[in-house]
Formats: sequence, C-alpha cells, structure tokens
Amino acid sequence: MLTNRSQAVAKKEMTLAERLYLPAILHGLKITVSHFFKKKVTIKYPEEKREFSKVYRGTHVLKRDEIGAERCTACGLCAVACPAEAITMVAAERKKGEEKLYREEKYASVYEINMLRCIFCGLCEDACPKEAIFLTDRITPSTFKRGENIYGKNKLVEPIDKPIDISARQTQAVLEFKKHKEFAHNKVYTEKQLPNKH
Amino acid sequence: MVSFITYKLILVIIVFLVSLLIAMYSTYAERKVAAFLQDRIGPNRAGPFGILQPLADGVKMFMKEEIIPDVSNKWLFILGPCIAMLTACMTGVVIPWGGVLTIRGHEYPMQVTDINIGILYLLGVVSIGVYGIMIGGWASNNKYSLLGALRASSQMISYELAMGFAIIALVMHTGTLSVREISEMQTGWHWNIIYQPLGFLIFIICAFAETNRAPFDLPECESELIGGYHTEYSSMKLGFYLFAEYINMFISSAVIATLYFGGYHVPFLGRFVHDANALAILGSVFLFAKIFFFIFFFMWIRWTLPRFRYDQLMHLGWKILIPLSLLNVAITGILMYLTGRIH
Repeated sequence: MLTNRSQAVAKKEMTLAERLYLPAILHGLKITVSHFFKKKVTIKYPEEKREFSKVYRGTHVLKRDEIGAERCTACGLCAVACPAEAITMVAAERKKGEEKLYREEKYASVYEINMLRCIFCGLCEDACPKEAIFLTDRITPSTFKRGENIYGKNKLVEPIDKPIDISARQTQAVLEFKKHKEFAHNKVYTEKQLPNKH
Repeated sequence: MVSFITYKLILVIIVFLVSLLIAMYSTYAERKVAAFLQDRIGPNRAGPFGILQPLADGVKMFMKEEIIPDVSNKWLFILGPCIAMLTACMTGVVIPWGGVLTIRGHEYPMQVTDINIGILYLLGVVSIGVYGIMIGGWASNNKYSLLGALRASSQMISYELAMGFAIIALVMHTGTLSVREISEMQTGWHWNIIYQPLGFLIFIICAFAETNRAPFDLPECESELIGGYHTEYSSMKLGFYLFAEYINMFISSAVIATLYFGGYHVPFLGRFVHDANALAILGSVFLFAKIFFFIFFFMWIRWTLPRFRYDQLMHLGWKILIPLSLLNVAITGILMYLTGRIH
C-alpha cells in the first residue's frame, strides 16, 4: 500500500445524510477554514530566500587566479561537454604585456553562455582542466528580453576586487579527486583548500 | 423640502460610495481569503499587506486596450456591462442600513427609500441584472459568450423561482413586503432564521446562484467557457462585469443579513447603550459586521466547493429546491394556522 490514508470504496446506496450533501459540505468548510490558520508556505522571495543545497548549481563564474589573471584558456572542452550546447567562445592569442590579464597564452576573447539553454548540469565545471569555470549558489535572474539571457564575459568573469566564493561546492570528494597529478598545475584549489589530514 | 432632498442625496451618495468601496475591497479580500485557505499569503506588494492592490488593479483595468469585436453589435456590447453595473448599484436603496438618527428634532432613517414593496423591488432589479449578462454574451458574437449567457439566463430562471418561494414564506411570516418593517420585527433574538431555517437555506443557495458565485459559477467558468459571457470583453468593461459581481455579492450579503439575521438589531445591545443615536450607529456597525461575515462565507464556499455540472445544477434547482420551497410555504402556512395567526 502506498499510503496509510487510502479508504476502501464501496458502491452502495447513499444514506439520507449523504444525499443531502450538507454534512459533507460542512465537513469541507471545516477543512478549508482549518487551513486559514495554518502556517503559510510562501517564501517572500527578495526578502526571504529559500535555503539551498550545499552543492546547488546556479549562475556560472569564470575564475581568476591568485594574481587576478583569467584562468580560462579557451580550450573549448566545456563547450564540447555541454549537453545543451549553451556555451560558445572565440579564442585569441595573448599579446605581450597581457600576462597579468590572462594566465595562459591563449584566452577567450568572447565567452558566452546562453542561460535559456543552460540546464545547470555542471558538466562544464567537470570538463574544465584549468579550474576556470564553476557553478555558484547565485540565482540566474529573470529578464525582460531574451537577449539579456546570453551572458558574456562582463557577467561571467569574477570582478578582480570581489572574488566569488566557490568553496561550498568543492566537497571533500572533489578536492580529493583534484589531487591527481594531471591537475597539478592548478595549485590554488588543490593545496590551499585541502585540510591537512595526512 | 430642500433639506429632505439634500439628506436623501447625501444618503444615496454614501450608499453608492460604500457599495463601490466594499466591492473594491472584496476583490482584495477574495484574493486574500483564497490565498489563506490554500496556505498562501496572497497579494502583499502594493502597500502594507497589499491593501493598495485594488487600486493597482483598477489602474490596470483603465490602462488596458479596449477592444470591441468587429462583428458584434456595438451598442448592445456597450450596453451589457452598463446594465450589469446599473442594476447592481440600484439594489442598495431599499436596504435599511441602520436605525433612525435623530438630529435636532429631525428624524433621519438610514435607508434611502422605504417603499412598501421593497422585496419585490429587490427581486425585480436583480432579475434585470441577468439582461446585462445576456446582452453582453449575445453582442459578443462568440459561441463561448453565448453559451455563458444561455447558462446565466437558465440558471437565473431556475433559481429565482425557489428564491421567490422562500421569500413568500418569509413574507407570510412577517406579513409585510417592506424591508424596513421586516428588519424592525427582528428585535432581540427574534431573528427570522429561527422561524424560517429551511427558507434561509433555500434563500442562501439561490443567492449563490443569483450572484453567479461558485459553486454555481457556470456562466463564467474559466475551464470550459474561457470566461463565459465576458470572454470578448476587455479593459474597464470587463472591470464593470467583475465589479458588478462583487457589488451583487455585497448586496446579497446585506439582504441575507437584513431578512434573516436581524438586520441592524443586536440582542441585548439595548441594555448597555441607552442613547438612541449611538444605538442606531452601533446597529449599523453590527449590520456591516454581519454583511462582512456573509461576504467571507461567499468566498469560503467558493474556495471549498467545486463547480456543479450543468445537469446537476438544473436537477438541484427544479427537482429539489422548488419542491422544498413549496413545502416550506406549506409548513409555514400550517404552523401559522395552528398557532392561530391566520384563520
């Protein structure tokens, strides 16, 4: 049995009280008015916020490294991994003197995520070899125009002075996995944040 | 003479404004009650607790584009909501909103006019109200509107009979058609509900049907008729229809409170308050308390019961309510004969 509230239904003649329907109506009124005084389930959104899961996957962020250079190298693995084909990018070569801006010799001059296509699966984050893209606990706000949902680098790259915290999504298992030697070049997120248990 | 006209004019304007105000806030109350009965909190953005919501709705209604369908009869199309609104506002004049105020030796009853066939007037005006729906539905030249209008008129015919019979029993009991006299008779605990419980039940069911409220809202059921008779209406014409419905609900509540629940009389109030004017004003306050309860009851029913199927509606009207109301008339007559009030 799936529920403890199911009742056996018998097809029989209705009694007078049942045919009058009034007792049933009164019973219904009693039920509805009892809900009048119950605790309301509404969350008044901008003032109150629903509590998210620790690993909530919201709006993406393109991280910078410790000196403030963009980590993304425009390899395109995230775009390939994306099942919704929401990510597009244009790669460019780093010029001399731009070392402080871009960590690798190649970088994304255009990086766009179509938030209407994105299904927030997080595969881009898994695919990224440079620890550049992460999903955060920020909500993607609704917009008045469709075009506003295509997020460019201006919305995705984190501001230099205000780094966006992504540590909540870096669970123990993820950090453990990132100790593998193929991630050795991404020192920031492996050694710094791993608690010294060993 | 001049003072008489000014006094009546002021009273008419007050009744009109109060009807509009209460109808306005009934829309707000409806949304709040609906929300609370469904564990939500309802409109809460416009002003504190959303109390400016009706104003926002009104502005929205005025701002919307007004569309008159090409194929419809333009004049009838405009006439429909006008009749609905006009008849809704007309009913308020015969209802006694309170006792008699005495100011500087002059007596001012809080009732616009006490015509001696007040109840007949009420029934008559309410029946005209269905023309607003019928004409609107017909002029829209839309099959859904027409179906809604047809349903409204047949529902009105079916339920007005039973309502009339319920009132006949009440009139037999009270012996008058004047609404003020009926309300004057119910001093203390002598409310008509005690003498006419079955009549009250029939009356309130018919009142639900007459105001096109759930569970009898077949003329405008959204799920089947995409709005029924007001499908083609937009802007403030739609607003008029919706508004008329809420005024009707307010007036129905007032009629129920006046005819069956003692009007402006409150048991034992006379023992504590001796000043006649204060008593009259307190009576009005209690009358409005009763009215608000019935408005709440209308909403409470709406968010509890599902809509009737059309054949169930007809079955209830013709096969149950009309025989029952006839029986009620007969029982009233027999009891009156047995108690020696008629010979």
